[in-house]
Amino acid sequence: MTGWDSVTIWMVIAVLGIGTLAIRWSFLGLLGNRDLPGWALRHLRYTAVAILPALITPRVLWPAATGGETDPARLAAAALALAVGYVTRNALATIAAGLAALLLLQALGL
Amino acid sequence: MTDPTTAYWRGIRVSLPFLLVVLPFGALFGVVGTEAGLSLAQVMGFSIVIIAGAAQFTAVQLMQEQAPTVIVLASALAVNLRMAMYAASLAPHLGHAPGWQRVLIAYFNVDATYALSHMEYESNPEMPLNEKVAFYMGTATVICLPWYGVTWLGAVLGQAIPPGIPIDFAIPIAFISFFAPALRTFAHLAAAAAAVVLAVSLQWVPHNLWILIAGAGGMAAGAEVERRQAMK
Repeated sequence: MTGWDSVTIWMVIAVLGIGTLAIRWSFLGLLGNRDLPGWALRHLRYTAVAILPALITPRVLWPAATGGETDPARLAAAALALAVGYVTRNALATIAAGLAALLLLQALGL
Repeated sequence: MTDPTTAYWRGIRVSLPFLLVVLPFGALFGVVGTEAGLSLAQVMGFSIVIIAGAAQFTAVQLMQEQAPTVIVLASALAVNLRMAMYAASLAPHLGHAPGWQRVLIAYFNVDATYALSHMEYESNPEMPLNEKVAFYMGTATVICLPWYGVTWLGAVLGQAIPPGIPIDFAIPIAFISFFAPALRTFAHLAAAAAAVVLAVSLQWVPHNLWILIAGAGGMAAGAEVERRQAMK
């Protein structure tokens, strides 16, 4: 991978592996039956719905593949995927809709 | 239905529909990882050592953008923080299993194994510990073990994908499919909206630190909305 030597990549894999296992083990292995405080649970509940959209929105608005130029086809495909995911609650339908829309719009020359 | 073998097979049975999601995602990671320039061994390393789809996609995306190593690690681990909540909610049911079993349970703790097992334990509170563990391992057998195989398939077959297919957009679409179905309540929507606004307006922050700020801001927004709604 450009800019990453093999040792660093394996280090990333190892640290993420150990860190992820530690998170998964935490309250199960170490703390046994102790309950998490309410405020902690309240925050943890929203990790995925906060970080994942934050990560992806700038890539949708300014894709690297177009050199950072906003691309109407990618924008429309992402918006459609979001709508389908929200309405159907179905991950596969979301992916299928988003990729199909992008391929179609690109084929139409948008 | 009173022995571990039966519980194990029931765990397998209830997990089978989830293969429809697991198989394409694993394959997609294989394709995306290979396209990003990872070797076959490295792609497999991600899926076997980390075994967490969203975090794997996050790491590869940020590495492609030449983000600093610390940011790659912190962002991918932040994506996995929700699993601390899963661990806490499994603890009353599995917390008394032997230490080595709890490590194995932790390793296989992904969204689907957690959700299916937790649902089963809640509806069957009388279930003995050994059956609970067996059921969990049944879900892991179906949901986690094929992850390795389809990653490999994706990595090998992905090289045959013709150029011109916008594979770069597979990651954003995959992410949308992770979070859009999870936007169940107003608090979830508030968390996502706050995080998006912060992410877009903080692009100038160096070292991709905007990701963590936006993530933390979104979590705080969701938690605050939930707290206010609970007070009503």
